[in-house]
Amino acid sequence: MRTAERTPSLTVLPEMVRDASLLWLAGGIVGVSFGAIAVAGGLPVWVPIAMSLLVYAGSAQFSAVGVLLAGGGPLAATATGLLLNTRTAAYSLAVADILGNGRLARLAGAHLVTDETVAFALAQQDPLRRRTAFWVSGLGLFAAWNAGVLIGALAGGALGDTDAYGLDAAFPAVLVALTLPSLREDAGVRRSALLGAAVAVAVTMTPGVPAGVPVLLALAGLVLYRRGAAA
Amino acid sequence: MSPTVAVILALAVGTYAFRLVGPVLHGRVELSARVQELLSAGAVVLLVALLATGALTEGGGFAGWARPAGVLVGGVLAWRRAPFVVVVLGAAGVTAALRLAGVA
Repeated sequence: MRTAERTPSLTVLPEMVRDASLLWLAGGIVGVSFGAIAVAGGLPVWVPIAMSLLVYAGSAQFSAVGVLLAGGGPLAATATGLLLNTRTAAYSLAVADILGNGRLARLAGAHLVTDETVAFALAQQDPLRRRTAFWVSGLGLFAAWNAGVLIGALAGGALGDTDAYGLDAAFPAVLVALTLPSLREDAGVRRSALLGAAVAVAVTMTPGVPAGVPVLLALAGLVLYRRGAAA
Repeated sequence: MSPTVAVILALAVGTYAFRLVGPVLHGRVELSARVQELLSAGAVVLLVALLATGALTEGGGFAGWARPAGVLVGGVLAWRRAPFVVVVLGAAGVTAALRLAGVA
């Protein structure tokens, strides 16, 4: 279609940075609260910092630290975090062709696979925009998250209660905005996602179900996807 | 090795292994267009499930009204094709305002 394939990617860069910067800001603030919670709970300062650099998965980090601080023991903390992160395997399959072709791009890109970066990438139309969106949102979020955690671990609870800013509503809203194009476009995806979300919410409300399981069970919603595509 | 170090390392290695599944298989296993489509759909299903549980629940119970109300406003804004910034700040703003007004 267009002769200069790179032009669209460059022209959308400011737009992507603008959208992603909000994500970075929110990620940074949540990072501050993670660092603060971990240290306030009695963990050494290096624990949240090392965990954020090496594990780099917000919900798993919060859960693992939560289990540790509640005295649940290292095994339970690890199991909870890993169970929550199994979904990244599914994400990595979905974005495998987006990361890039080089070995380094794939190895480094894999570490940046998160809910937000995958949503950002998949919301784009063509492959080049997807790749740009993944890397722009991913590198920035990694920097913002770790900077936030560092500040939170050192400065403690100076930020106060982040719920007062409505930050807990910002992340679901980010995902709404990013998944809506796919949901609009494809009735099969829409049906699957609705069923999956209903399953996940119902299972989350069920006592005794480990964290991470409800969202995985949402994949059962894909039974409607096959049917939708065949119709 | 302290138990905390072990937790961090196990989480780091395990999580990275999950994240490598796609890149390692890519190029080695030929995925049909149909499977690729299903994977994209699966990612969207996971994200929507995550946003639904994130919007509605907290610690296995109902999250209260302020958060889902904010997310709902964000959803309406997104549906009306408002800019991303407006969607996210709108959701956070409504939730913050409701809390300020005493709605949990």
